[in-house]
Amino acid sequence: MTYIAKPKFHHPGLKKNELGYTHRDYEGKISTLCAGCGHDSITASIIEACYELSIEPHRVAKISGIGCSSKTPDYFLGNSHGFNSVHGRMPSVLTGANLANRDLIYLGVSGDGDSASIGFGQFAHSIRRAVNMTYIVENNGVYGLTKGQFSATADRGSKSKKGVTNTDNAIDLVAIALQLGATFVARSFSGDKTQLVPLIAAAIRHKGASFIDVISPCIAFNNHAGSTKSFDYVREHNDAVNRLDVLVGRDPISVDYAPGTVQVVEQHDGSRLALRKLDADYDPHDRLGAQTFLQKHAAKGQIVTGLLYVDPDAEDLHTHLDTVETPLNTLDEQALCPGSAVLDKINASLR
Amino acid sequence: MSVQSPISSVNDFVVRFANVNGSGSASANELFARSILRHGVPVSPRNIFPSNIQGLPTWYEVRVTEDGHLGARGGVDMMVAMNPQTWDKDVASIEPGGYLFYDSTKPMPTSKFREDIAVIGVPLTAITNSTYTDPRQRQLFKNIIYLGALCALLDLDPKLVEQLIGEQYKGKEKLLSSNVHALHLGRDWALQNLKCPIGLRVKKSDKVGDRIFVEGNSAAALGAVYGGATVCAWYPITPSSSVAEAFTSHCKKYRHDPETGKAKYAIVQGEDELASIGIVIGASWNGARAFTATSGPGISLMTEFIGLSYFAEIPAVIMNIQRAGPSTGMPTRTQQCDVIACAYASHGDTKHVLLFPEDPAEAFEFAAAAFDLAERLQTTIFLMLDLDIGMNHRLCRPLKWDDAKQYDRGKVMTAEMLDEGRDFGRYLDVDGDGIPYRTYPGTHPTKGSYFTRGTSRDRYARYSEEGAVYADNMQRLVRKFETAQDMVPRPLQANAAKPTKYGVLYFGSTSPAMDEAIGILEARGHQLDRMRIRAFPFHSSVASFIADHDFVYVVEQNRDAQLRQLIVNENGIDPVRLVPILHYDGTPITARFIANAIGDHQDHLKVTPLRKAVT
Ligand SMILES: Cc1ncc(C[n+]2csc(CCOP(=O)(O)OP(=O)(O)O)c2C)c(N)n1
Ligand code: SF4
Repeated sequence: MTYIAKPKFHHPGLKKNELGYTHRDYEGKISTLCAGCGHDSITASIIEACYELSIEPHRVAKISGIGCSSKTPDYFLGNSHGFNSVHGRMPSVLTGANLANRDLIYLGVSGDGDSASIGFGQFAHSIRRAVNMTYIVENNGVYGLTKGQFSATADRGSKSKKGVTNTDNAIDLVAIALQLGATFVARSFSGDKTQLVPLIAAAIRHKGASFIDVISPCIAFNNHAGSTKSFDYVREHNDAVNRLDVLVGRDPISVDYAPGTVQVVEQHDGSRLALRKLDADYDPHDRLGAQTFLQKHAAKGQIVTGLLYVDPDAEDLHTHLDTVETPLNTLDEQALCPGSAVLDKINASLR
Repeated sequence: MSVQSPISSVNDFVVRFANVNGSGSASANELFARSILRHGVPVSPRNIFPSNIQGLPTWYEVRVTEDGHLGARGGVDMMVAMNPQTWDKDVASIEPGGYLFYDSTKPMPTSKFREDIAVIGVPLTAITNSTYTDPRQRQLFKNIIYLGALCALLDLDPKLVEQLIGEQYKGKEKLLSSNVHALHLGRDWALQNLKCPIGLRVKKSDKVGDRIFVEGNSAAALGAVYGGATVCAWYPITPSSSVAEAFTSHCKKYRHDPETGKAKYAIVQGEDELASIGIVIGASWNGARAFTATSGPGISLMTEFIGLSYFAEIPAVIMNIQRAGPSTGMPTRTQQCDVIACAYASHGDTKHVLLFPEDPAEAFEFAAAAFDLAERLQTTIFLMLDLDIGMNHRLCRPLKWDDAKQYDRGKVMTAEMLDEGRDFGRYLDVDGDGIPYRTYPGTHPTKGSYFTRGTSRDRYARYSEEGAVYADNMQRLVRKFETAQDMVPRPLQANAAKPTKYGVLYFGSTSPAMDEAIGILEARGHQLDRMRIRAFPFHSSVASFIADHDFVYVVEQNRDAQLRQLIVNENGIDPVRLVPILHYDGTPITARFIANAIGDHQDHLKVTPLRKAVT
């Protein structure tokens, strides 16, 4: 067998969240990715965020495309349904799933190859449609699973492991998500759990299209000198705009109320985002400002991380389509079928 | 101009309108067809239109047919020639003794006419211009004026036409009266200046009965509403767009919550066909009934996902309104050319269920049934229409629905079942029919979750590349396909009046032409048993039918005899026993064509070669 199940044993002393679940309840199978792959750290952050939010694991639908990154949903939330669809087409599958049942939490996991090349169109359209989801790109600048070819997010001038220089311009998914109207846009680094965990938690709580680009070095093919997605490069060039904590209505998980330095953002579902601003004049409600900020720093070779933009009053696709509150997948013939009397009338109108 | 023997026929003729696309003639022409129906006389109309928006030629043909033949007949008895661009071709297409109706405002050289047809000139532009000043009104009412003149010429009851106009403009009194006025302008002019009626006439009859007049695409869309589809994702493509458009309008009427006004459906115009089928698969995976409508090029794009639907066993319904291929082919012409592409869509070993409705009534039934089938079989179901049924009005039996019917959601394991301790293996064949149980996402906190993937996996949905595990799964999929054989609509067989060694197989929109051809062939002395195939996988009776006959003709509207290929391939039948009868110029197949092709072949069979001794 080419999968490894985790032993079911729980240590009795494990910390429990509000639902009485431990960390272990949010784990999945043992990862088969290369030891040290950035994607595994993201998996750990997703587990942490879901644990902290006290999400019922089975109420999450985790959907991905194809790639090393897209394999990761198997490694977290073992009690939820996962869907490893086809290369680059996670967004449409997620959109359909979301239309069918608006009550679940939708977590889309993709790679930069998956989302910025073959799936670029689907990425863009799911965002402009405002699908209520958390869309995470595990961005390593290469095709990991097919062994190291450049992806469309690889910076121009960066070098592949084989020494080839990339001559194409890079696509910045964050800039595009902003431009397309994503209502929650963030960037982080797989190695920065302190920043990433609350970002994921906040994205999950956000109603609307949340997009997080997570720089996630591929230690097998993109962690060498000359790469701009290596651990060292990102650490040196990281410029965080803010740090984030999430307060869920009831018991705050961890809050740092240093007056004057915390900005509280009300979310639709009643939860509040507390932004610890590192950059005094950074306003995460200003889409245009975020775009400029991003570009200014990119020109300086800096990777801006943190919550770049959020619209706390965002709407989602269901709002736009004005669908009933009841999940469509639970409607039965009574609710859906107009019946024979109506059909008789239709027949009469066709004579 | 005088003609020796003008065609004389009551309730049995073909009128063709040659118009310019965008001139607003479509509604007047449809009114003409409907008016004849109101006389109790069946009609079979066909749109013949180019792949462009405005300015190019478009034709609308109405076959008036007391005998109720709903296939295309071929030939034109009266041409209403309203398009100067196509004049020569239009005039040439009239049957000898036929009629040419034209706008005689401007004189035409005699060389533009034919000796053997009757020419009827009405100064339409002159009449229109003297009545209307607004250019758009002039254009639109000219169509109603020629309709009025035709009323007089063909002896149509103006009251019935007025009644139809009344229904069309109910509540819009101004439009109603101005249309009626234009109708009479044309009729009166014809009555005063021409010899009315002519040899072609409509006489009241009672041959329409309670039948309805509807387009296949609209009926299929209604089938989706009745069948419980809640998610529709589509991308515009001729001739399928009107499915999604009709679904939208049906849903707006019948699918809003009376209390909140909110929609009990979601329709997304995808960015392409890849997204459309992806949305369908995502929604179906999550337990909603979902479909997309497309045509050949869209099917090509969807194939990767169709393979996923097959292998990962996710329901999906695809309505394929076929048009002439390959590639962009002839986008506005009809064919049945995607049989193979759909039956084996995607890479690897796949087989998909195809349904072949013959008319709008079956399009409605099969569309609704497709959702049950998709969920029962957890796979893609193709509803195979074509432009000829999809985009033309057809007379068909009224649509029927049994209120006692419950949706068959297939094998879904619920939280209760899981709690009872039922063994859940997503790909476990518990019942021996090849169909496993599935669970919807979110069902149970600790049981029944699994990972859906397009990669190989074992019976418990665990990733595996072991050969035996893979083969086991592939075998089960074959078993499932065999199960499907008894779930899909069965073929319908009709035997010839006398015992015969010959049979004919046909499917889909060919049906009315085939029905008519049988009569013609009988008159020529050829007896044929026939079987209409309504679905793939083929029911065992198809093989028996072939076995029972020396030769079986297979009538199709494609070049490569795709249905025949599929039968040969799936049933291991000697190809020699299946004689292909192929029509693929993009026009709908006619009874004349079928009868000639089969008749010639039959005649041939009877010729015993003479072996004269050569000295
Ligand atoms: C249609 C199709 N084309 C190509 C592939 C091969 N393929 C598999 S994964 C992959 C790239 C994955 O790159 P990325 O999304 O960046 O994920 P990573 O492996 O780097 O995490 C490609 C090209 C495929 N599976 N399907
Ligand atoms: S190849 Fe790269 S991306 Fe894939 S698992 Fe290994 S380190 Fe991670």
